[in-house]
Amino acid sequence: MRSLHCIVLVGLAFVLAACGLAESPVLDPKGPVTEIERNLMLETLAIMMIVVIPVWLMAAWFIPRYRATNKKARYMPNWQSTGLDAVTWLVPAAIIVTVGTYVWIYTHKLDPYKTIETESGAEPFVVEVVAQDWKWLFLYPDQGVASVNELVFPSGVPLELIITSDTVMNSFYVPALGSQIYAMAGMQTELNLLAWEPGKFVGRNAQYSGKGFSQQYFDVIAATQEDFDAWVETVKQSGLTLDDATYQELAKPSTAHPITHYASYEAGLFDTIMMKYMHAPGHMHGAVTGVEE
Amino acid sequence: MLGRLTIDALPFYSWIAMGGAGVTVLGGVVIFVLLTWFKKWGYFWSEWLTSLDHKRIGVMYIALALLMLVRGFVDALMMRSQQAFAYDSGGYLPAGHFDQVFSSHGTIMIFFMAMPFMTGLFNLIVPQQIGTRDVAFPFMNSLSLWFTSSGAGLVLVSLVIGKFSTAGWTGYPPYSGLEYSPGVGVDYWLWAVLISGIGSTLTGINFIVTILKRRAPGMTLLRMPLFTWTVLVSSVLMAFAFPALTVATGLLALDRYLDMHFFTNADGGNMMNFISLLWIWGHPEVYILILPAFGVFSEVVATFSRKALFGYKSLVFATAAIGILSFSVWLHHFFTMGAGANVNAIFGIATMIIGVPTGVKVFDWLFTMYRGRITFDPTMYWTIGFIVTFVIGGVTGVLLAIPPVDYLMHNTTFLVAHFHNMIIPGVLFGYVAGLIYWFPKAIGFQLSAKWGIRAFWCWIIGFYLAFMPLYFLGLLGMPRRMERYEIAAWQPYLIIAAIGAAVILAGVVCMAMQLLVGIKEREKTRDLSGDPFNGRTLEWLTSSPAAPYNFAVIPKVDSLDAFWKMKVDGTAYQRPSGYTDIVMPRNSSLGVIAGAFSFVLGFAMIWYIWWLAALSLLVIGIVVVVRSSMENTDYVITADEVAAIEEQRFNDLARVPRHDTGDPAASPQAAPAPGSAS
Ligand code: HEM
Ligand SMILES: [Cu+2]
Repeated sequence: MRSLHCIVLVGLAFVLAACGLAESPVLDPKGPVTEIERNLMLETLAIMMIVVIPVWLMAAWFIPRYRATNKKARYMPNWQSTGLDAVTWLVPAAIIVTVGTYVWIYTHKLDPYKTIETESGAEPFVVEVVAQDWKWLFLYPDQGVASVNELVFPSGVPLELIITSDTVMNSFYVPALGSQIYAMAGMQTELNLLAWEPGKFVGRNAQYSGKGFSQQYFDVIAATQEDFDAWVETVKQSGLTLDDATYQELAKPSTAHPITHYASYEAGLFDTIMMKYMHAPGHMHGAVTGVEE
Repeated sequence: MLGRLTIDALPFYSWIAMGGAGVTVLGGVVIFVLLTWFKKWGYFWSEWLTSLDHKRIGVMYIALALLMLVRGFVDALMMRSQQAFAYDSGGYLPAGHFDQVFSSHGTIMIFFMAMPFMTGLFNLIVPQQIGTRDVAFPFMNSLSLWFTSSGAGLVLVSLVIGKFSTAGWTGYPPYSGLEYSPGVGVDYWLWAVLISGIGSTLTGINFIVTILKRRAPGMTLLRMPLFTWTVLVSSVLMAFAFPALTVATGLLALDRYLDMHFFTNADGGNMMNFISLLWIWGHPEVYILILPAFGVFSEVVATFSRKALFGYKSLVFATAAIGILSFSVWLHHFFTMGAGANVNAIFGIATMIIGVPTGVKVFDWLFTMYRGRITFDPTMYWTIGFIVTFVIGGVTGVLLAIPPVDYLMHNTTFLVAHFHNMIIPGVLFGYVAGLIYWFPKAIGFQLSAKWGIRAFWCWIIGFYLAFMPLYFLGLLGMPRRMERYEIAAWQPYLIIAAIGAAVILAGVVCMAMQLLVGIKEREKTRDLSGDPFNGRTLEWLTSSPAAPYNFAVIPKVDSLDAFWKMKVDGTAYQRPSGYTDIVMPRNSSLGVIAGAFSFVLGFAMIWYIWWLAALSLLVIGIVVVVRSSMENTDYVITADEVAAIEEQRFNDLARVPRHDTGDPAASPQAAPAPGSAS
């Protein structure tokens, strides 16, 4: 009876857990990348139930049935079965073949480096991203502006993020939009995302990076084109410029850095930051990041 | 003179750190005082610390593991209570301290709880299971133990003097480099891992040779018990994987000490090389840990279902396949570094392939229960709890092996839930089952079954409460290793998880009771037969605990489940015609001394006390030279002494009833015992 009690308890925990998931950025995607990734996850979960459910059923059937006190049950101490033995290999193998095929297709389809195509054929909107201790710097090459801890971009347009780090390894992560990728000093990674609708999400660093790590989150705002243009205007009014001295100041470690706007930044800043770590001879950049083009 | 060591190294920076230090020091003092009070130092030194008897070494390994389990679990409780309250507030642990806690928790649990627990079980059982008197290299065995203990000692000392690493158990650079982690923390981690890692490499080599070279006559590879098979594969993995860890941490040490630039940001260092090397060790490591647990489950299921293992050959093949495949998948730990789609897809698929032999094992255990006669010993509870829970972890593992899903869930609590889902039911439950199963063999009496079952229920319920919410938290986008957070929706889950940890705490208390009540009732459960569970494999042929030489006469093996066959044939307890002298390795204090000085070496390196480091290195060198030039390392147990011990054994046997083996030939459709044809 006690075991029944426990099952009920555990079940209850599950039900409780299932509530409140409405706020899950993963289960309620805001862009195609998270959506495909979520569907992939749920579908493979369903496929794998082909193994899991029989395991649970067999456990629930064999264990009480073949208890030693049940003398009615058949006892065959040396029982073996080649046929069943084969089945135990074939069923998992079949499932892995299926899921493996998914892996091949979707890993290529969802390659973070692949530009997202939209029906309108819009050109990707490029933002350069620099991880710092413990904040994120965003550079807008086409607008000439920069911001800290606030990533604003037009919705419905493919977003192309070019990412590096001016400190330890970070991982750029916006769960509502999908896929994370490492940010590493002297290396450049790339992430392509898309937000269907205007909205505000949370982004953060997912790779532990020191004291200020827990507060290293930032606003991600997908805006309409007008709102985006208006935002660029306000940034331009900010009066701050990100010159060399300001950058050195900014790059120092700081926790919970407030959102900051820069009307302009030194041209080629992203490359300057990358180059800081690339003086050494023999540093093979492409091979390091695995960029294949 | 004292390098970086100053009064600032004491933990006056926070009350909690001082509390931890206080408990550690107090624990040490209590042990010291008790040993002095009862005048047990001599006994302890000559019977235990210096012993080369594999069974004693096994017991010491497990004692170390249990101690470290408690310490690592306290860390877990601290993290769980912090996160339950840290919504929009700092909680009670400041960032730097919380980060030490998750780093020491992970490091302790993997290197100083799971590894010693596993090695302890190897030592207790493998020589007896393959019908031999000792491991191949008894002194090396003692060295391994003391290197492991010295690493554990360094982690414990970090709580009192200085700080521990904040770089997590994996110590990724450049964060763990000197530039970003200038203090002693990373050095504590480095030396603990380096020293104990060498111990593990030696253990791997020792057990490969032991199993390949010292099996009883007639025990072909396909007549080896499944646990021995898993130990063999696990040892091979240890011997090949641990050097990668030694290289990775060694290079990191060069970065930190000699300003080389293997993994730094500057001067051409590349962190990805460390991460690659680390996981070339790290992925096999999870199979190093889990395969022996699978071995335990296999033994337990067969014994308590009173059946031959279903699909023995499949299980052996699956074990070997997992061992080989485990070296081919390490990249799944960094799918998100920006490798191309082909690379990620290939490593993703390679990872899933391991799911096939693992799935096979689960079915084989279930079919072993089918048409059996199951008795519900506590070990069976742990086994069944494992089977039912482990499949959940398996499923989430396959999910994470799909690169696009991993892009979404990597570094979140979903991952934390997944690996605890593998490592608690898969590894820890297995070792606990193994400990309970072989406890009478090691110590001579049984643990309390009543408290054992209570412990099981607390652990399994606590496990579900503590870790299922983490899957959901991952879906809510919560990264791992957060000491505070600003999202209200996370808090209810973290509170449930904290309650779960409290339920596990009750389980830990029940385990202590299981031991204490077991000791109290030892006269009632004393095992005179040497075979309390009607076992199938050779270790049950010896007395409990076994004589120093295990077998007075080395048994002959002519089938799988050799001991069961002997019982069925009625040849199990025949008196031999006579005894001969037995040569056994003599105790040696050199292992303890080398271990102690490796601790001093690590400590001196951590604090930059160069002269002391040089001195201790010298002592270790001398120990090695002395030991290798020693000639009299053995002692002889004379035939008369053996006869006396065995006489006592037969007297004991005469006082207990024999187990009923049934008559397999009488059961319908009796098939020949698997493996008996080979
Ligand atoms: C007994 C109950 C346990 C509880 C309640 C527990 C809890 C935790 C928690 C709260 C974390 C930190 C998660 C985060 O990063 O946010 C953690 C991390 C970890 N745990 Fe456990 N744990 C338990 C047992 C174990 C065991 C048995 C092992 C291994 C044998 C283990 C290995 C690890 C590792 C390797 C980490 C990662 C540490 C890091 O991030 O560097 N844990 N655990
Ligand atoms: Cu792995």
